[in-house]
Amino acid sequence: MLVIKNLRATVGGREILKGISLEVKEGEIHAIMGPNGSGKSTFAAVIAGRDYATVTEGTVTYLGRNLLEMSPDERALEGIFLGFQYPVEIPGVSMTNFLKTAVNEQRKHRGLEPLSASDFLKMMREKKELVGLDSKLDNRSVNEGFSGGEKKKNEIFQMAMLEPRLAILDETDSGLDIDALKVVANGVNKLRRPDNAFIVITHYQRLLDYIIPDVVHVLYDGRIVMTSGRELAIELEQKGYEWIKREVEKSGI
Amino acid sequence: MKPRNELTEKFYRLYRENLPAIESVSASLLNRSREEAIEKFMQSGIPTRKTEAYRYTPLETYFGYEYHNYIPASTDFERVRRFKCDVEDLDCYSIILHNGYFPESGVKHITLPGNIWLGSLNEAAEKFKSVVENHLGKYSGREDDGLIHLNTAMSPGGLFVHIPAGIMVEKPVQIINLVDSEQDIFNQKRNLIIVEPGSSITLIVCDHTISLNRFLTNTVTEVYVGENSHFNIIRVQNEHNNSFKITGTFIYQEKNSVVSSNNITLHGGMVRNNTYHYLAGEGAQCSSYGLYLADKMQHVDNYVNVEHLAPGCTSNQLFKGVLDEMARGVFNGRIYVEKGAQGTSAYQKNNSIILTDDARMYTRPHLEIFADDVKCSHGATVGQLDEDAMFYLQSRGINKNEAKLMLMAAFADEVIQKINIGPLRQRIIGLVIKRLRGELSRCAFCVVKCN
Repeated sequence: MLVIKNLRATVGGREILKGISLEVKEGEIHAIMGPNGSGKSTFAAVIAGRDYATVTEGTVTYLGRNLLEMSPDERALEGIFLGFQYPVEIPGVSMTNFLKTAVNEQRKHRGLEPLSASDFLKMMREKKELVGLDSKLDNRSVNEGFSGGEKKKNEIFQMAMLEPRLAILDETDSGLDIDALKVVANGVNKLRRPDNAFIVITHYQRLLDYIIPDVVHVLYDGRIVMTSGRELAIELEQKGYEWIKREVEKSGI
Repeated sequence: MKPRNELTEKFYRLYRENLPAIESVSASLLNRSREEAIEKFMQSGIPTRKTEAYRYTPLETYFGYEYHNYIPASTDFERVRRFKCDVEDLDCYSIILHNGYFPESGVKHITLPGNIWLGSLNEAAEKFKSVVENHLGKYSGREDDGLIHLNTAMSPGGLFVHIPAGIMVEKPVQIINLVDSEQDIFNQKRNLIIVEPGSSITLIVCDHTISLNRFLTNTVTEVYVGENSHFNIIRVQNEHNNSFKITGTFIYQEKNSVVSSNNITLHGGMVRNNTYHYLAGEGAQCSSYGLYLADKMQHVDNYVNVEHLAPGCTSNQLFKGVLDEMARGVFNGRIYVEKGAQGTSAYQKNNSIILTDDARMYTRPHLEIFADDVKCSHGATVGQLDEDAMFYLQSRGINKNEAKLMLMAAFADEVIQKINIGPLRQRIIGLVIKRLRGELSRCAFCVVKCN
């Protein structure tokens, strides 16, 4: 589904991603772990199409297409979803209007008729229930006045509404209490299908108690320095990132 | 008496030529101030760029064209009669004016339940002689501005609204003003609105241009708001690119009165709104709002002057706008707090978004505070659309244009939300979105062509 080869990217002239290669297949959940400043968020930004990062080398192929040539909205219409680390507050844009526009853009792209107002509200109700979101959304602006946990849950709710093929969750778990964490994990588990995939970016192993990844990558200084199964996350939790740093220095990558 | 410049002289000549005709249609109460006003006009003249308050608005351009001086006469009002406002579910009293005057040639007024009187200022000058005498010129007369003097000298009248004491007008009163002429006209309406103590009223004023002629309008509106009264005015300015419009609104407030003014400028070649708030009675409150959307070569200038003349008054200014292409925006916000006006709260905010490198916004706060117990704040921003918000919307599959539109509409929303009449608010939201899309922002079934 997603094939990344030797991806290099700079932010403000500084190289942040220094040659990442990765393949995500349908039905898989990948976790990307790493210490702060290792390039995790830049990686998510490049996949979603944020233009502050400049790709200098490498290829990203998504469903057989060159992803790097696509605009952010095109990527979203093709099924890529980014769960933000810091969801943006947009005063004046109502949640309902925002989601309705987004859902109908997706439907238009898939050759479907726009949803009627009542069908849309029904869909909102169902998806809220599915992800266990109990916040009232009507008459509220996008993320405005939402608590940290509410914002993250809202990301998962949006993911449920848009039904992406490939979702990248950028530290969606950071700053969450255990209940909110469960909502996030539960959302991923419920939305998991044989034909979609997830990349879960996280600093802590904690989330991976609830979301069982197929593959765990460790990102350090712009490179993937280790790739293994779920046990890697547990080992990391026990030994800490200092262990990775020592391992990397030892092997001289 | 020596004319200051060519332009001033031109309008002096226009005055002399038209005086007999103006006097013949006007009440003596209006006629008796004309000579004194024209003398003052000759002293101050048409404001130039050297006049501080008009620094960014080149009036000489708009006043430089040739116009026919407009005096209302019984003409063809067919188009006015055909006009229908179709704002859904807007339950209001509604009157239609032609170039600012009552089109009917016979009765020039209507009365609404509660003895509310709306009609020609000239007719009112007879019927409400002492009221008009007490108020006319009293509030605009506080300012030395050549345009006010010119209006006083030449205006053939306008609208008079009288709300007797203790009347709560539940339904808003909508005044639809259609600007229509076969000639390029210079029009100087003079309005007077009296809200007697303990009353309340909401006025919705909609300005539309019908014919594509060039229009220069210089309106003076004086409003008296009595003790414990509420006055709410919402203006929707939607005129074509050859329409140049100066509004002077002078609102004088007594004790514990509450005023809200909202200028929604959707379209117009040049719009200059002078809004004066005089908080003259203790505990008076005023809110002055504005939204301006301009593109092409349009020029929108809001001059707001709030004077705290009594203790314990509150004022709040909020003006926002979006400028596209070559448009110019100006905001001048003055807060003046007199020495004895202790316990004053005065706030001011102006935010603008400029979409191109060629659009310009000039924003200037101006605070003069002579009391020491005062809460005051002001803030101004000029910027572009928030990139993080743009990306957030795009990352959900919303294309760039649509995302831009959503953010601009959201930006404008803060001002629109101040409109407390639901159906009107909904209509304005619709008009603003149409306008931001670049479509004609006229009401769907409206016969009037605004662009």
